[in-house]
Amino acid sequence: MKRLINQTPSRPWLVLLGIIPFIILLLTYQWGSEMRKAENPRDKLLPSFTEIHQAVDRMAFTPSKRTGEYLFWKDTQSSLKRLFTGIAIAALIGLVVGLLTGAIPLLSAPLTPLVTAISLIPPMAILPMLFIVFGLGELSKVVLIVIGITPFLIRDLYQRTKELPSEQLVKAQTLGANTSQIMFRVVLPQLLPRLLDAVRLSLGAAWLFLIAAEAIAATDGLGYRIFLVRRYMSMDVILPYVVWITFLAFVLDWLLVKLSQKAFPWYHSAK
Amino acid sequence: MTKTTIQTPLIELNRLTKSYGDHIVLDQLNATVNEGEFVTLVGTSGCGKSSFLKLLLGTEQVSQGELILDGQPIHDEPGPDRGIVFQKYSVFPHLNVRENVAIGREFEKKGLFGPVFGRLFGKERKKALEEADHWLEAVGLKDAGYKYPHELSGGMQQRLAIAQALIKHPRILLLDEPFGALDPGIRKDMHKLVLDLWKKHKLTIFMVTHDLHEGFYLGTRLWVFDKTRHDPHAPERYGSTITFDLPVGKTDHQDYQQIKQSFDKSIVEAA
Repeated sequence: MKRLINQTPSRPWLVLLGIIPFIILLLTYQWGSEMRKAENPRDKLLPSFTEIHQAVDRMAFTPSKRTGEYLFWKDTQSSLKRLFTGIAIAALIGLVVGLLTGAIPLLSAPLTPLVTAISLIPPMAILPMLFIVFGLGELSKVVLIVIGITPFLIRDLYQRTKELPSEQLVKAQTLGANTSQIMFRVVLPQLLPRLLDAVRLSLGAAWLFLIAAEAIAATDGLGYRIFLVRRYMSMDVILPYVVWITFLAFVLDWLLVKLSQKAFPWYHSAK
Repeated sequence: MTKTTIQTPLIELNRLTKSYGDHIVLDQLNATVNEGEFVTLVGTSGCGKSSFLKLLLGTEQVSQGELILDGQPIHDEPGPDRGIVFQKYSVFPHLNVRENVAIGREFEKKGLFGPVFGRLFGKERKKALEEADHWLEAVGLKDAGYKYPHELSGGMQQRLAIAQALIKHPRILLLDEPFGALDPGIRKDMHKLVLDLWKKHKLTIFMVTHDLHEGFYLGTRLWVFDKTRHDPHAPERYGSTITFDLPVGKTDHQDYQQIKQSFDKSIVEAA
């Protein structure tokens, strides 16, 4: 018998072992739901799978009686739009500032302490300020995401820029490159895959800020819906929404990995 | 060297001293080097041979005295008149082999956007890549043109780094322990390559190595860096000088043994 640390599951076992906890989770849920329903058929805390199915059907595949919209898809669309806008703006700022401060000491001197200070502000604490300044529209929600994740992206990309071997920068200079050419031809292309890594790491925070902003002031969106139906204890809506958000987060992460592998093969095989 | 020449020297060292604060590394070096010489720098670790190379490269500055290249004090930052091959990290991982060599030409692009982006297009790019092919053939990498650096072995990466430097026709080529990380067999091939290139293209080469045998085998001139005075209570008081300046090929066995002994002695002392 090999030591435990030397035993690795074979491929089919790996898949099976990965699925088993999910199955146990679902079965436990069903068991709990049935227990509660047996006691009180109108229990709302743990809705049965049939009820969840009905709720999904009502939200996603039946037009809303009031507006005629498919609320589930409308919510998804609104939330993703905010999320993507916020992440795109944050990524752009993070890339530019991280690159410049990482590569140019004269810019790092005044900017790095500022970025560090800003990154320590809890974004949720300034959310009321954002609503006051930017109003209750789309802008303040996007700004919250931007404020929430940009400092992290800047600091991460600053670090990644610093980590590029100095030999490369010296080499580029001996090949006649000026500062701008070094930025565009040597540093920037090598930062792009690292930017995708950093964005992946900040996705969780981005979702958090999105849902928080939607919960407080919005008229649609995944976060808005969850907090709205909470008033009616509609667990049958909340649960599929949470699963859906989790799924979207998973897909986004997966897409970023695939994009990175496709666009920057040299980065992944060198590691 | 006692031999008088009518040539004006390419490099002149006049009472060159390098110190970091109170710590003197190089102490009053005097020497001249003519075009076409191949100087190998050897010495124990901490003897200042790498510091001297950095002075030539321009990443460090002379503290006192002069370092003259082509009659002018050497530039205080790296430039295209001095090519470099480091032990590692001197190729760009995000470019393929041909692009790695052609980028030296791309940095020369004039006009509005050339100095900003350093990128060639169309015919110009094709020409630069063809020139790159020529140099790749010279270093024996012709068949690897479309590979990325991570697909190359250590020896091939060093060949690429040499080709990168050569496309700029530098006045001097600096090699900083270029073969230190290679297997002995590969190292032999690289020695042959460097000697061939040096003869064929009339290069002026400075090579730092910790391999004494390499120093004797390659090049026309051997510089041994060592301290002539030593204060055991304040080791930083005295810097190194060039204790041997030998024309290689005419060196007798006694010299080799003498230098080797002083090497072994300082290794024992260090341990």
